[in-house]
Amino acid sequence: MVDAVFLALSVLTIGSAIVALEIRSLIYGSIALMLTLSGIAGFFLLLDAPFVAMFQLSVYVGSIAVLILFTVMLVRRELIFNKIEDKRRRYAGIGLMLALMLGIGMIIIGSGMKSIETNSPSVDYKKIGEDFLTYYSPALIVMALILASSVVGALTLARREDMTNDQRAD
Amino acid sequence: MTNGLIDFVLVSVALLAIGIYGLSVKRNAIRMLFGVEMIINSANLNLVAFARFIPNSQGQTLALFSIAIAAAEVAVGLALVIVAYRMYKNIDIEDFRSLKG
Repeated sequence: MVDAVFLALSVLTIGSAIVALEIRSLIYGSIALMLTLSGIAGFFLLLDAPFVAMFQLSVYVGSIAVLILFTVMLVRRELIFNKIEDKRRRYAGIGLMLALMLGIGMIIIGSGMKSIETNSPSVDYKKIGEDFLTYYSPALIVMALILASSVVGALTLARREDMTNDQRAD
Repeated sequence: MTNGLIDFVLVSVALLAIGIYGLSVKRNAIRMLFGVEMIINSANLNLVAFARFIPNSQGQTLALFSIAIAAAEVAVGLALVIVAYRMYKNIDIEDFRSLKG
């Protein structure tokens, strides 16, 4: 059975995910996305993974959400509140969402996953740190290179070559 | 633990379905990135949940790598949105006509 904290967290996560997609203003949408990501961090805490939860908070809530907020503020004001979408496509999308939820949910409820519970003690997070520096150290180096190169790539993409005469399509 | 594995997996499925809805219906490029974020987060939740119930530390390690790669992906995606906005003065996906290749 689920407890009250789990219920509150799932309502917060799912509700703010819907709000992030449906609210008119993109700024409030990105703040709602921030709430969703914090809810996921709460789930990580419930799953006895405090290291991943803190990583999620610092990377997702701290940097990605702020990056999205700044990008939203760079965009023209009308576009932030602009919400054009096809009505029929929207109903088809809601139908697809419900079908996915019901279909995969039924499969999971029907499978043997329902009886899986655990009483074993959780993994010590010191073990993860040790793993990172010993067994996974090549992967850690490759990940650092990927992060650095992608940040450099993003900077190169977003840089304006010429402030007075930038390229336009129109 | 009072919560079973199935509870976490069901929350993850709901988040995945909402993310797919956002990707398929929205035409705003930044909102589509929101949908991608939700899908990645549901995958991470699954990883950590299964790692807790095995129990095993490798799922958490993989989740950490996945979070870091997602950060790189968002940085590049937002840079692309900014470039497209500068070229077309719009962030509507259907206006990005000449990106067809």
